[in-house]
Amino acid sequence: MALNTPHAPAIAAAEAPSSATGAQIAAALREAGIAALLTLGLSIPILAFKTEQNQANALYLQPRWGVVAVACALIFALRFVLCLRAARRAAAPARLRAPASPALQKLFGIAVPLFLGVAVTFPLLATLASGGLGGARYWIDLGILILTYVMLGWGLNIVVGLAGLLDLGYVAFYAVGAYSYALLSTTFGWSFWLCLPLAGILAAFWGIILGFPVLRLRGDYLAIVTLAFGEIIRLVLINWVDLTNGGAGISSIPRVTFFGVPFDSSEDGFASLFGIPFSPMHRMIFLYYLILVLALITNLVTIRLRRLPVGRAWEALREDEIACRSLGINTRNTKLTAFAIGAMFGGFAGSFFAVRQGFVSPESFNFLESAIILSIVVLGGMGSQVGVAIAAVLMVGAPELLRNLDFLKQVFGAGFDPNEYRLLIFGLAMVAMMVWRPRGLVGHREPSIVLTERKAISGSLVKEGHG
Amino acid sequence: MEVFVQQLINGLTLGSIYGLIAIGYTMVFGIIGMINFAHGDVFMLSAFIALMLFLFVTAWLGIGSIMIALIIVMIGAMLLTSLWGWTLERMAYRPLRGSFRLAPLISAIGVSIFLSNFVQVSQGARNKPIPPMVRDVIVLFERDGYAVALSYKQIIIMVTTAILLAVFWYVVQKTSLGRAQRACEQDRRMAALIGINVDRTISLTFVMGAALAAVAGTMYLLYYGVVSFADGFVPGVKAFTAAVLGGIGSLPGAVLGGLIIGLVETLWSAYFSIEYKDVAAFSLLAIVLVFMPSGILGRPEVEKV
Repeated sequence: MALNTPHAPAIAAAEAPSSATGAQIAAALREAGIAALLTLGLSIPILAFKTEQNQANALYLQPRWGVVAVACALIFALRFVLCLRAARRAAAPARLRAPASPALQKLFGIAVPLFLGVAVTFPLLATLASGGLGGARYWIDLGILILTYVMLGWGLNIVVGLAGLLDLGYVAFYAVGAYSYALLSTTFGWSFWLCLPLAGILAAFWGIILGFPVLRLRGDYLAIVTLAFGEIIRLVLINWVDLTNGGAGISSIPRVTFFGVPFDSSEDGFASLFGIPFSPMHRMIFLYYLILVLALITNLVTIRLRRLPVGRAWEALREDEIACRSLGINTRNTKLTAFAIGAMFGGFAGSFFAVRQGFVSPESFNFLESAIILSIVVLGGMGSQVGVAIAAVLMVGAPELLRNLDFLKQVFGAGFDPNEYRLLIFGLAMVAMMVWRPRGLVGHREPSIVLTERKAISGSLVKEGHG
Repeated sequence: MEVFVQQLINGLTLGSIYGLIAIGYTMVFGIIGMINFAHGDVFMLSAFIALMLFLFVTAWLGIGSIMIALIIVMIGAMLLTSLWGWTLERMAYRPLRGSFRLAPLISAIGVSIFLSNFVQVSQGARNKPIPPMVRDVIVLFERDGYAVALSYKQIIIMVTTAILLAVFWYVVQKTSLGRAQRACEQDRRMAALIGINVDRTISLTFVMGAALAAVAGTMYLLYYGVVSFADGFVPGVKAFTAAVLGGIGSLPGAVLGGLIIGLVETLWSAYFSIEYKDVAAFSLLAIVLVFMPSGILGRPEVEKV
């Protein structure tokens, strides 16, 4: 963010290390003024005018300098605070930050059981907190959504975090899973429990098909080709109307059953089988535990795979492909297994998505979805399982908070909808994350193999162009 | 035959626009080895700026001559978009220099999401149409009731592209800025050692890329007469394809690639199916990257250990 980090005079800083000096304030004011002027320049004309259509459908410009003034003031304040902080930090004696202190590691040790406990008891907690099953509906829905992204994040983590292959088209496998279940169940009437493994297998198959041509590509090129594949699959889903019903999507997909017992109020439904009063929430709670189990299976498989030769090969591939090849590792098979297994979990999550929604359309599988999953993995610290879970809660849960910020309506007027700004903030957060914490929330990776003592793995030392 | 000639003209026009965007990708990739994923959205933003400047010039200043208005709009859009390009580089990419390899790409994806949603929030999600600026066409020849027409706006687009390509070719090949850029492209550390201001050179590269994107945005607006906030992504990916096809890092390659992509897209739409034209372009990207990663005019990448 720093335009020009002002270096405060050393003497002044030594005298008053805790309070800002006049020179620092002047420098920060100047920086903030420049930033505000720049904002003014950038606002012309895109923010300063709004294009409106009149009765004759012709566009005209509606000036709104008030918004520009607010934007400039905001940037001015932000820049001023950042400059002062930077100046103070430059004056303070440099402290070396340990990559992960023992206390922090202990915290993560507690975090895992804590997370698991909250996740398992979440429906109960939500019911108690909102006083009844009906009131908990919103929270359980949100929990399902977050867990879906946790699962997708863990699935993509195999490809990006472990094998180091940047995949921008992961949503394609999610789509394959969702459409597999949607088509198989509506056409042949197959049950969810039969389609779930099939969807995973089909997605893995597609992972291999799409992975095969890109084996030779590296880094950015791989990212762009996978993005292209993701878009191709979406466009085919839109245009192949005979099979997929095009942009209208497939609706009335059969709902999930309790291993064959439907969740309805009939004689042989779930409620009467267990002799409890019928509630539509039973299905929601079942879906919640279903995705929780699926996500935990993803996690478990990943943890186990990391200990197997193939997992070791993935991580070796991430660190150095050439060294990997010279050690006799079959890089082709290693990459393909990473693609296939990552895609398989995407497929599972996709068929879960279809059974939960009861409706699929190509619009659910656009590039933005891939970007969100990728940013969950990156924010989580690429390779850290706990980090991905925390990141998914932040990335999916935090935007939900925006919906509930009613007081903003009082500040900005009734027409103000905070939800409109969700993706705007999301994009900014992605940039800010890369600038401030490029290694993610849990930046330190546990080494897979520990020799005599813990040592930093080369992943934390990788510089541009040597990864 | 008539259809083919007509599609050839349309394809070359579209290809010129892609080529102008592709130059921005290829210059940035050449100099810092990063895919500026947000470039397509910078292009979309510039089309919006051009649209608003056009409204401003025609409605408020009352300039009637369409050519003068177009030139003012283009220069204004170039300046304002350059400012955006400079700021984005400063805020989102420069702090990441020396970070791990994928950081700039992820940051660029963030910028791309930010820009498209910024335009959506500030200008609304609807398509923004303007009345056609240039209507006249020249009928080249006519047979069996099918007239092959070359419109004035197509001529304007192709001529502008040719002139700007010549200007930028001159800048890169003959001026000291161009020499600095080529030096940075070869070896950034060495360039810094012999006194080139690397940061400034990279900034100027982004500014040049954004200015050309603004020209493309103005031409896009002139050609289609409508722009929406979501118009950045697909042209962006296609222009990137063009840059890769022509050989990334090569200026004439970018334009050549742009023309090829434009032709493939229009001919595919004319002879096969219009629904799958994007699929054709995306598939071409995959095929080119897999079988010809160094492109038509690019240098093969040598992997050093």
